[in-house]
Amino acid sequence: MAEKKKDIRQVLTANLLRDGLVVFMTDGAAWSPWIDDAAIVTSKEAALELEGKGNIAAKSNLVIGPYLIDVVDDNGHPRAAHIREHLRTLGPTVRLDLGKQAERNGGGSGQGGAFI
Amino acid sequence: MYRYDEFDHTFVRERVAQFRDQTERRIAGDLTEDEYRPLRLMNGLYLQLHAYMLRIAVPYGTLSAKQLRQLAMIGDTWDKGYGHFTTRQNLQFNWPKLEDVPDILAALADVEMHAIQTSGNCIRNVTADHWAGVAADELEDPRPWAELLRQWSSLHPEFCFLPRKFKIAVTAAEADRAAVAFHDIGLKIVKNAKGEAGFQVLVGGGMGRTPMIAKVCRDWLPKGELLAYIEAVMRVYNLYGRRDNKYKARIKILLHEEGDETFRKMVDEEYAKVVAAGGVRHLVPAEEIARIEKYFAPPKYDALPDVDPQLNQHLKANAKFARWYEVNVAKHKQPGYAIVNISLKPEGGIPGDATSDQMRAVADLADKFSLSELRVSHAQNLVLPYVRKRDVVAVYHALEKQGLASANLGLVTDIIACPGLDYCALATARSIPIAQAISKRFEAPERQKQIGDLAIKISGCINACGHHHAGHIGILGLDKAGKEFYQITLGGSADEHASIGTIMGPGFSDVEVPAAIEKIVDTYIGLRQPGETFLSAYRRLGATPFKEAVYAQAAE
Repeated sequence: MAEKKKDIRQVLTANLLRDGLVVFMTDGAAWSPWIDDAAIVTSKEAALELEGKGNIAAKSNLVIGPYLIDVVDDNGHPRAAHIREHLRTLGPTVRLDLGKQAERNGGGSGQGGAFI
Repeated sequence: MYRYDEFDHTFVRERVAQFRDQTERRIAGDLTEDEYRPLRLMNGLYLQLHAYMLRIAVPYGTLSAKQLRQLAMIGDTWDKGYGHFTTRQNLQFNWPKLEDVPDILAALADVEMHAIQTSGNCIRNVTADHWAGVAADELEDPRPWAELLRQWSSLHPEFCFLPRKFKIAVTAAEADRAAVAFHDIGLKIVKNAKGEAGFQVLVGGGMGRTPMIAKVCRDWLPKGELLAYIEAVMRVYNLYGRRDNKYKARIKILLHEEGDETFRKMVDEEYAKVVAAGGVRHLVPAEEIARIEKYFAPPKYDALPDVDPQLNQHLKANAKFARWYEVNVAKHKQPGYAIVNISLKPEGGIPGDATSDQMRAVADLADKFSLSELRVSHAQNLVLPYVRKRDVVAVYHALEKQGLASANLGLVTDIIACPGLDYCALATARSIPIAQAISKRFEAPERQKQIGDLAIKISGCINACGHHHAGHIGILGLDKAGKEFYQITLGGSADEHASIGTIMGPGFSDVEVPAAIEKIVDTYIGLRQPGETFLSAYRRLGATPFKEAVYAQAAE
């Protein structure tokens, strides 16, 4: 019996070498600070290909430590599935004046920040 | 305080130049990240969630006004106008750019500071009682020995690649304010039967995923033998500490696995070898410790009466000031002087954060009223150690203007919290928002007074940088299926009667934590005997009434 393919929905993230800021790989293999701009892959093959492009960027010293993260669809926007990654799209929730959230509502739905 | 000599200056400058070259090579692509990472970590530079983070050493928590002003300048010039004081008495900047870090290190070198050994598997910044030298209950100032250890351990060729990081704390007071029992090595200056001062050496304490209270390895060690004896302990650890599993690599695990007696025997045997090899050279040269002690000689105090009538008038006239004085000002060893503790825990604020403006204001106060010296406590607060009682009211008003006059030292809102998932790449949950929510809930001064001494400590992961194991109430943030989840422990303490908190029961979601804490506090208030602190009441009552109260509420 053929193994059922697991659905995936992932984007590639890393930190820029020069300032450590969080970035996401776009369809054109460039890096954007916004998860909204990220290339979304839905197959293991495409994920591997994206990861390969990330590793080339790491070797050319643009970024550090690229890795794939799971995203969910949030009203047509990608949103990091795990809270750790979601916070990376925003900034510290205790300083809403800092990080990406200070410029825009982060990525995806821009939710976050407010807590308790 | 200690001043760099020519050797120190050269050493730190050379290190800055070396790191500048390494960083330029990294940016140019001549070094890979795998090659560069250990180099940057040796200089205190981490990559965190949102950016790089630079951790700067504040040796044994002693800082000059000039140094604090320089930190403020660095925060404004190369970071985002604030810094974070940590539980190792260090300061962290959360947003430096890689290419700026060599300039930051050069600016630090200008004021005799650096970030060396604030990371990596080496001997980290030596910490000390933040009231050292001025505490009314201390035997002597332990900082000359902390400084000796700093010099000895800086780039010590044998101890740069230990199985894991290694932390040393020093105190000379009866009350343990340095949490020595939670360190790899804790040193306490005590007197022997003959009345001679020496070191009680504790080994194998620590927090993290396997919290342990240090064991006494040597009841009393002649002071001059300190380095040789510590060298023997380090050598045993370096030889036999586990390197196969980073979670079992700390000295506490070695001591636990070998047993106290065997471990002590191993150290004694190693020490005998050190002594045999070195002969009298195993002793710290008396002239060297005398040289260092000069830097820590008590200042020339004014001869003042211990009671200041002006101060007493202010205490009578201003209830808010009187409350702050009662809570935040401690007894000084010198008549007419006071130890002023500056809380970095404004109600609802971020524990340990200070803006550059606040740093400058505190530096100005240190210059004007505290002989240009201040301290950082492991509880993430600041201290002005030499304030004349007659000046305390002026200090208070200046602090008020800066939002730094919270009267909460040692109270429910004086919460220790690590940066947690808001900043830290290792964290599994946020700590700061939990601290803020608890602080807001208990912010009323009358409520804080009613509760009395209570240490709440929050860590955002099992590494326990927020010292949750030692909290009277400890909170540990974990990740449960991608959601933040908090475990509460009760009965921990970092003082001279150190204890590790025990897990109360099932954990809580973020929003449930403040109510659970309130239930615990209310239970204590309902059951306490006159004058009984939370910790004493917990030790008398055990966990049962607290569990019943909290989980009965949850079941409702």
